[in-house]
Amino acid sequence: MTTLQPPAAAEPRPAPPPAKRDRRSWTGWGFIGPFVAVFALVFLAPIAYSIYLSLFRNQLIGGNQFVGLDNYTQALKDDQFWQAVGRVALFLAIQVPIMLGIALLVALALDSGRLYGKSFFRITIFLPYAVPAVVATLMWGFMYGTKYGLVGDINEAFGTSLPDLLSPDWVLASIGNIVTWEFVGYNMLIFYSALRVIPTSLYEAAEIDGAGQWRIISSIKLPAIRGAIVIATIFSIIGSFQLFNEPNILRPLARNAITTDYTPNFYTYSLSFNGQQHNYSATVAIIMGVLTMIVAYAVQLRGMRKGA
Amino acid sequence: MSTSVAAPPTKSASPLRTPRKKHNPGKPKRSLLLTGLMALMVLYTVAPLIWLVINSTKTQAGLGASNGLWFAHDFALWDNIRTTFTYHDGIFVRWLLNTLLYVVLGAGGATLLAVLGGYALAKFDFPGKRGIFAVVIGAVAVPGTALAVPTFLMFSKMGLTDTPWAVIIPSLVSPFGLYLMWVFAAEAIPTELLEAARMDGANEVRTFFQVALPLLAPGIVTVLLFTTVATWNNYFLPLIMLKDPDWYPLTLGLSAWNSQAETIGGDVIFNLVITGSLITIIPLIAAFLFLQKYWQSGLAAGSVKE
Repeated sequence: MTTLQPPAAAEPRPAPPPAKRDRRSWTGWGFIGPFVAVFALVFLAPIAYSIYLSLFRNQLIGGNQFVGLDNYTQALKDDQFWQAVGRVALFLAIQVPIMLGIALLVALALDSGRLYGKSFFRITIFLPYAVPAVVATLMWGFMYGTKYGLVGDINEAFGTSLPDLLSPDWVLASIGNIVTWEFVGYNMLIFYSALRVIPTSLYEAAEIDGAGQWRIISSIKLPAIRGAIVIATIFSIIGSFQLFNEPNILRPLARNAITTDYTPNFYTYSLSFNGQQHNYSATVAIIMGVLTMIVAYAVQLRGMRKGA
Repeated sequence: MSTSVAAPPTKSASPLRTPRKKHNPGKPKRSLLLTGLMALMVLYTVAPLIWLVINSTKTQAGLGASNGLWFAHDFALWDNIRTTFTYHDGIFVRWLLNTLLYVVLGAGGATLLAVLGGYALAKFDFPGKRGIFAVVIGAVAVPGTALAVPTFLMFSKMGLTDTPWAVIIPSLVSPFGLYLMWVFAAEAIPTELLEAARMDGANEVRTFFQVALPLLAPGIVTVLLFTTVATWNNYFLPLIMLKDPDWYPLTLGLSAWNSQAETIGGDVIFNLVITGSLITIIPLIAAFLFLQKYWQSGLAAGSVKE
């Protein structure tokens, strides 16, 4: 995953007490101005530029020409693009629930107070987050390999014939495992932090009413951290749609399994940097951005509705 | 004057720990089964790291000849480390220094901007405040890689590609850091304290540095750590921005070494890739372990409360 941003917020904490009218002034701009300036340069300007680029096409005859929405119609009919989208959709449908499910179970286990050595578990399971995607992918890539890897060793030792995890049939699952390994601890920590904020008086009341642990989990804990779950889901979806680093680094080891249009991001990258099709690449990136936002928004709505 | 009123920052940082301790002492019985399951999870987490440590002790020949989960006959760790640092005129050292440069300027700058901005959002009312929040949160949902190509083209026109600035400038913005600092500042800094300082005649800059900053310490450590991870681990941005290996960060350098095996006549140096990987992850893991008290409390304060 490329830049899985830690959860920025869906809703901010109940805003600080509204300042008095007379304190409303431009002073705050002195503090936030620098952030806004850089933000405009590295977020807003590229978005605008991207939209501009997507409306042009570099033609052999006539140079750069305004083509309106032609690039978009082309992309919507582009099989290569939709195959890549299908691949990341499949990836996210399987990998995200597994990753978040494990993270949730671990967070609940940590929060239950039933573990020996709790803080050891918490910090150890979080550690992979500190490992760069490059290193994580290299490690797992070597381990997957039949030559130096564990798969080869196991096959040799037990006479088994485990499948080649870098073959076209298996490589998506192999990438899923790497991404899960990288982010399960991070998501666990988000859930765990949210669980710690629940007032303990709720548990006491539930216990007096005769609720067991499972009841407390399903009726108190899970509803209370729904916000965190929705945010983690949204950011995992964004991460899946952006999948690039892992397949790109794994590619030297699995060249026939990972094509240059393996994910939408890979496709835009190849279009732009190997094919010099900047305009079309920008178009594909925008469509992916819009698609991501639609899915993220749908998840958010669904998450909210359940809460109601 | 104002310095004397600074409350210990830890107080506001860990409001969540203490009450939990009192909760029916000794009630939840510790479970061996649950601990066992968690141990399996830890095994999954650390197995690749153990693999990395073991295999960084092997020579290139040893890597192929020995079992991945145990040491080879020759113990080549020190030799590997030396070769990693000296290979190709010490390019690894150069990458390490580059990474440090990107982290200091990128993550440091991002943290500074987030602290200033978060403080403004938490403690000032100013025109455009709501708009800023909406735009920043909206922009977070835009996939970072969708921005990569246009950012590259823009920077290329400005003559910034293939310079450290192409990596540093985009690293300066951390929407998550801004959000975290906002939530943190809203809780950790009592508004009365600021008003008292202003009443005493301190100007805004002085109030910020002497009153607010000390109270923000755990939040700052948290944001700094997360922006550091983001910058240290950054791969995609340098990949598109940098051509010259002299400006590569560690991540890009390691992946270049890895694909070197593919090029015809290229030196196969998987032992250096593995040892270099190990050297790359140690500083961050150490930082997380040493600072865990701070960042965990900072994160807890920023977690979504409902």
